[in-house]
Amino acid sequence: MELRSNEPSGPIEQRWTEHKAHSKLVAPNNRRAYNLIVIGSGLAGGAAAASLGELGYRVKCFCFQDSPRRAHSIAAQGGINAAKNYKNDGDSVFRLFYDTIKGGDFRSRESNTWRLAELSVNIIDQAVAQGVPFAREYGGLLANRSFGGAQVSRTFYARGQTGQQLLLGAYQALSRQIEAGSVTMFPRTEMLELIVHDGAARGIVTRDLITGKLDTHIADAVILCSGGYGNVFYLSTNAKGSNCTAIWRAHRQGAAFANPCYTQIHPTCIPQAGTYQSKLTLMSESLRNDGRVWVPRKKEDVDKRPEDIPAKDRYYYLEERYPAFGNLVPRDVASRNALYVCNDGLGVGPEVDGQRRGVYLDFKDAIQRLGEDVIRDRYGNLFEMYERITGENPYKTPMRIYPATHYTMGGLWVDYNLQTTIPGLFAGGEANFSDHGANRLGASALMQGLADGYFVLPFTIGNYLGTVRKLPPLADDHPDVKRAVAAVEARVDKLLNAPDPKHAPEYFHRKLGGIIWHKCGMARTREGLQEAIEEIPKLREQFWREVKVTGSGEELNQTLERAGRVADFFELGQLMCIDALNREESCGCHFREEYQRDGEAARDDEHFQHVSAWEWSGDPEAPTLHKEPLEFEYVKPSTRNYK
Amino acid sequence: MSDQLLNLTLHVWRQDGPTDNGHFETYQAKDITTHMSFLEMLDVINEDLIEDGKTPIAFDHDCREGICGACGMVINGRPHGPQRLTTTCQLHMRQFSDGDELWIEPWRASGFPIVRDLCVDRSAFDRIIQAGGYVSVNTGAAREANEIPVGKLDADLAMDAAACIGCGACVAACPNASAVLFTSAKIGQLAMLPHGQPERQDRVRKMVAQMDAEGFGSCTNHEECEAACPKGISVNWIGKMNRELIAAMATAKDEVEVRGK
Ligand SMILES: Cc1cc2nc3c(=O)[nH]c(=O)nc-3n(C[C@H](O)[C@H](O)[C@H](O)COP(=O)(O)OP(=O)(O)OC[C@H]3O[C@@H](n4cnc5c(N)ncnc54)[C@H](O)[C@@H]3O)c2cc1C
Ligand code: FES
Repeated sequence: MELRSNEPSGPIEQRWTEHKAHSKLVAPNNRRAYNLIVIGSGLAGGAAAASLGELGYRVKCFCFQDSPRRAHSIAAQGGINAAKNYKNDGDSVFRLFYDTIKGGDFRSRESNTWRLAELSVNIIDQAVAQGVPFAREYGGLLANRSFGGAQVSRTFYARGQTGQQLLLGAYQALSRQIEAGSVTMFPRTEMLELIVHDGAARGIVTRDLITGKLDTHIADAVILCSGGYGNVFYLSTNAKGSNCTAIWRAHRQGAAFANPCYTQIHPTCIPQAGTYQSKLTLMSESLRNDGRVWVPRKKEDVDKRPEDIPAKDRYYYLEERYPAFGNLVPRDVASRNALYVCNDGLGVGPEVDGQRRGVYLDFKDAIQRLGEDVIRDRYGNLFEMYERITGENPYKTPMRIYPATHYTMGGLWVDYNLQTTIPGLFAGGEANFSDHGANRLGASALMQGLADGYFVLPFTIGNYLGTVRKLPPLADDHPDVKRAVAAVEARVDKLLNAPDPKHAPEYFHRKLGGIIWHKCGMARTREGLQEAIEEIPKLREQFWREVKVTGSGEELNQTLERAGRVADFFELGQLMCIDALNREESCGCHFREEYQRDGEAARDDEHFQHVSAWEWSGDPEAPTLHKEPLEFEYVKPSTRNYK
Repeated sequence: MSDQLLNLTLHVWRQDGPTDNGHFETYQAKDITTHMSFLEMLDVINEDLIEDGKTPIAFDHDCREGICGACGMVINGRPHGPQRLTTTCQLHMRQFSDGDELWIEPWRASGFPIVRDLCVDRSAFDRIIQAGGYVSVNTGAAREANEIPVGKLDADLAMDAAACIGCGACVAACPNASAVLFTSAKIGQLAMLPHGQPERQDRVRKMVAQMDAEGFGSCTNHEECEAACPKGISVNWIGKMNRELIAAMATAKDEVEVRGK
């Protein structure tokens, strides 16, 4: 396998323009002759399907929800970055590029990241034209806020529902193409296999989630925008249905999987309340602007009412350990320190599996200083949400928070054209690994999904089609197609007929998530990862022996859907641990206990300044590693320090 | 955190498919903690059903954060249950008391055929949007975002309407199973913004026609929809839609003649 990034050379600010100028095109009247498949209707998939439809291609778009409007992008709250410099505070494409490279701890490709920053401004124009109701100032111009510790105000937002509004913008553009007949939408339809013919991606096998019917769809190119794989941890801030099946099936067909161990943990989520918990809820990071994080200094105080613990017995650990940044240290530092104090037995809140995993986020001082009204004005919605979920009133008693998995930087390896290692197979949005390196900045995922979907893919797909010209037809009864269908049938059958059926898929998913969370989560060690690498295959075997799926394959069967997704998470979870073990450095969100300098992540540029791209070998325990070296011409690698 | 355990009797609508008659089945939910969400309570019931070799209760859900609009069931006669401004997934068991008896049903409306158990087919909502709930602007054709100012009040009002999550509770709550709150919210959002003006009249005509064609009932001002809406969308949008429609109908004839269709 060869990893060719296909990035243009020359001055970085001209690369995308030059690339477009020298790429192949498909003439408007020829586009109807091409069939394209888009998996996913989130920001990336919805935007790509709509834009490709507008260009005149024949597009089929798939999602597993009952409507494309429900893709998980809808849940993003905070905002979307763009280098508009409307605030005149010194922002520029260069600065957004620089922040993204540095935030990613020098583990992303400069050319891609520049293009992302460059396209950010077009996204805002497009969304506004669609009628996305961004926040405005009294003069009628767009409002901005600063987000996630950025030194400039470049984040655009629509109340706390930015993802929802951007997604509805894309969904409406998609709806217009559905009405026009250029896009056919397949909701409640899940892709279960990729069809590869003559070395190129040529179609998919799907299951109709209502009737259970398997179908094949043949196309000239397949575009995966199926979102992130955070649910490998079982508990995460992702939607319940978010899964890795589309990208994992593609990986098994030959698409390299890059940096699977780069997963982001968000520090301000509502802690787990019990073993029955099904998902975790994120609360905006902005809470740390006014809340103070603490735990009791003494173990015997952990089950006391926080109000009864005097100031001298409170351990404001972030303020003490990081005097310069205090409660505003970056996400990963805040998360890891919460883990440490809880490991030390100082965690608060209910015991789950014998441990208290929570720290206080206290607004008492802010309320005293600013008054309750100001706090209500700033965080009213979040406080309400917190109370709805926990039954506690954060104006009166401190919130409890704990980190949770939030985003996956890893994903299918793609070149500058967002093409995977399988010709004709493209990946966009959270499903690819491209632009965020080892850590993503807040408000940059929405930007990337839309940049990929609206502006990159519609163009690079044209270049691909213009290069391969017309592919030969592929009949439904061709052996390559039949083999893919047979593989799906066999898998469904195996899931329905485990030899010793005992437990629902959730039972295994929770156990797998537990292993990955404890051993491949916020802080990783060699021993822990080695243990996980031993434990996962055993649990996987038990899964295939004992998974219990009632009902049949020929009907709406949500247990069967979940079982298939859990099966793929097992293999991906294994790869994550292998990748984390292999990367003997700490960078971004990947923190290896063995590799630190004064308590800070210690990167090893000499040995690890590369993308790890894994090739499927047929054995989930023995993947093959390929490396794409990274070069930094415009931003010289530096070490961060928050002390 | 006071932890209390509840024992509840659930009567859940079970229906194998669109043509099946359906019936209530009774389940005992035991030792349910008050910190559970309503859907987590159903998860527990379902896991037990699976382990007993039975078919679990089908229900739609995804984000479990009250924003995707996937979840929704009628609980004791109220869409999304007893708590105001709260989707089913955000409803927590502390809203209930030990010994409660709950009747759990799908949305019932001719525009939303039942798929299975508590899952319904809401694709009619997608078709109403496809009929005209958008601004026709191709990717790449947009101009600089700040070229057209939008007054803060208009932008805020547009956002109020745009907050709709498309769950369908409004239809389920309406005695006529009308979809006007949903339809009017999208029409209203785009009518508030300068970008929505060129297609304003066409949009309202087409979307209302599609809404009618989907078999939803008409609005007779019960305002149950607003009360059930988890996002608090106001019935004022319905009045606005009706005014938009009258204006659009008044000009429709001339326009059609000009366009020769
Ligand atoms: C709670 C939360 C808050 C966030 N807030 C922010 C924020 O403020 N700013 C920011 O920039 N980012 C934020 N993010 C991250 C951001 O929302 C996501 O990274 C982004 O929306 C992903 O978009 P996507 O298009 O790649 O995938 P998704 O929106 O997840 O869409 C995936 C699509 O793929 C479909 N699909 C998946 N598998 C299959 C299959 N096998 N067959 C058929 N269809 C399939 C799904 O149906 C869906 O349509 C947040 C994330 C979370 C969890
Ligand atoms: S599951 Fe998304 S709104 Fe309830």
